[in-house]
Amino acid sequence: MSEMLLEIRNASKIYKQRSVDGGSRDVVALQDFNLSIPKSPASIITIAGESGSGKTTLAQLVLGFTRLTSGQIIFDGQDISSADAHQIKDYRRQVQAVFQDPFGVYNPFYRVEHVFSTVISNFKLANNQASRRALMEKALNIVGLHGDDVLRKYPHQLSGGQRQRIMMARAYMISPKLIVADEPVSMVDASLRASILDVMIRLKEEIGISFLYITHDLSTAYQIGDQIYILYQGTIAEKGNTINVIDKPRHPYVQLLVDSVPVPDPDIKWVGEINLPSDEEMRTSVNSGCRFYPRCPSRMERCLAAQPPLYKIDEIDHQASCYLYDENEVAAILNPKS
Amino acid sequence: MSQRNNQKKPILEVRDLRVYYETPKGDVLAVDGIDFDLYEGETLGLVGESGSGKSTAAMGILQLTVPPGRIAGGQVLLEGQSLLGLSEEQLREFRWVKLALIPQGAMNSLNPTMRVSDQIKDVIIAHEGKTAQKELKERILELLSTVGLPGRVYDLYPHELSGGMKQRACIAMAIALNPTVIVADEATSALDVVVQRVVAQTMLKVKEKLGVSMIMIGHDMGLMAQMVDRIAVMYAGKIVEIAPVRDMFNDPKHPYSRLLIDSVPSLKERKALKITEGITHDPRNPPPGCIFQLRCPFVMDVCRKDAPPMQEVKPGQLVACHLYKANEDGSFINVRDVVGNT
Repeated sequence: MSEMLLEIRNASKIYKQRSVDGGSRDVVALQDFNLSIPKSPASIITIAGESGSGKTTLAQLVLGFTRLTSGQIIFDGQDISSADAHQIKDYRRQVQAVFQDPFGVYNPFYRVEHVFSTVISNFKLANNQASRRALMEKALNIVGLHGDDVLRKYPHQLSGGQRQRIMMARAYMISPKLIVADEPVSMVDASLRASILDVMIRLKEEIGISFLYITHDLSTAYQIGDQIYILYQGTIAEKGNTINVIDKPRHPYVQLLVDSVPVPDPDIKWVGEINLPSDEEMRTSVNSGCRFYPRCPSRMERCLAAQPPLYKIDEIDHQASCYLYDENEVAAILNPKS
Repeated sequence: MSQRNNQKKPILEVRDLRVYYETPKGDVLAVDGIDFDLYEGETLGLVGESGSGKSTAAMGILQLTVPPGRIAGGQVLLEGQSLLGLSEEQLREFRWVKLALIPQGAMNSLNPTMRVSDQIKDVIIAHEGKTAQKELKERILELLSTVGLPGRVYDLYPHELSGGMKQRACIAMAIALNPTVIVADEATSALDVVVQRVVAQTMLKVKEKLGVSMIMIGHDMGLMAQMVDRIAVMYAGKIVEIAPVRDMFNDPKHPYSRLLIDSVPSLKERKALKITEGITHDPRNPPPGCIFQLRCPFVMDVCRKDAPPMQEVKPGQLVACHLYKANEDGSFINVRDVVGNT
């Protein structure tokens, strides 16, 4: 058990949505989700999906901002739902967060220094001015910045990329085991994204910090991610090694997703045209069965009956939740009689 | 993609356009003298990092600059007629009819208390006067179908639509009066990948059908590769390079364009990350000479003194960089390729 840093077991999160007529409706944000991150080597695990796929819900669950409806989150052998106050404090130290909006997380009235000094006092990391400053300098150097350049500045004097790197430095300072990075680059300029991704790689490789990298952008995941989980409406559509999944997607949704990423080459244009079903169809939540059924080009009768389990694709860890990869189904297609 | 051999006729000419923002410490030179032409039926991409002035330039072209911004100089000619200095009343005649905008975050630019159809009706009636209800309805249904929306959207309110549908409703509104030029400001940036593709395809189809010219502002180079005919790269208020989309991707000339192309993450191969800083100088007080000198890996003495002029180094490819020198025969060489160059 202790081999795993983080284990999420059969996690479900259901939000109650009250409707105008007084009744209520369940919105399943995450359903029977499983994930494990080994203690070593450190890795970058990508959680990708479109809006409403449950990726931010997952981040909030791991960060303890909201509680599971059912299932378990186990960190370093400890179920966090039954942890005592001391363990929770330790957990909050081990698991840090970097959020999407590099503008919103700063208090505009305080200098950058404040971000670090708060952390240092909260976690009692240093007891004199010199060692405080040394800690700040070290953390900033890791992300490629220098104290003299940024500590006395106000947030508005920094670029989005610098602000996100400072958030990474802040997280690093507490020496966590895991950083939950929820869309850390999506509000940062394309040309500055690389600097943040580079910090993530370095923290992983040099310091041994793992990342739960939550994003809608497959191309950055492709550049830095180890494992990828692609979510669709709260369920895993496909998971596996990032390169394998993106190079050869198996789930019809993931195929559509990968195919829709615009290729930065004017000679490789989108092929064919896709249509979205009308809105009613998309909103009809399929309570049983595959969530992608209404949009799936290769849907079958049985897809409505039950949510497909994760079927193994050729690689050991490459799995897709689609009946197309059920051996019986493959046999049935080859031999329609049986 | 489309006609290459057409007579290049500029629909929109932008000459030395300057848009400044007033601040207590002096003007921010957000757009500092840009020149370009938009040809008939063409889509021109305007790219650059945030703060490079691309949205400010678009607002300047549309004469929608609001204080503390002001148009500090230059010319904008639409079909030969100058837009600058027109009265608000005269500009109303132009907007939507000749010059339409698909705004950034179009989902928030619809009026939440009006049905989609009523908002489109507003545009038509305001410009064409009273029109028979039956005719209006037919026209709006036609518009909705052009952008791939089902007819039932006619009776819906904006909150009943998904993000992609709202975006397409905005496109329907933009094309309602058959404009000559459409400016799309980050029109698909807030959408999910799959929906973005649907909206982008809608825009391509609409463009094809109406033959409208389009300025597409954005930062997603992938999307630019899919959608535009030419690309203009902006850096700190200036256009540093304009080129046909293929030349821009295959052989960018300006060091900044090169950097921009190289920093596009690929889904085909994993490559080393290219790390850069953002705009480094104070936009109120740009350095003399080339605007990119502080970040340029090839900076030379001349770059710190003289601003480089725009030179056409290849047919259709214009670049403002001292690296390129004209030979006697009119061809251009990169001074770094010359051996023994001091």
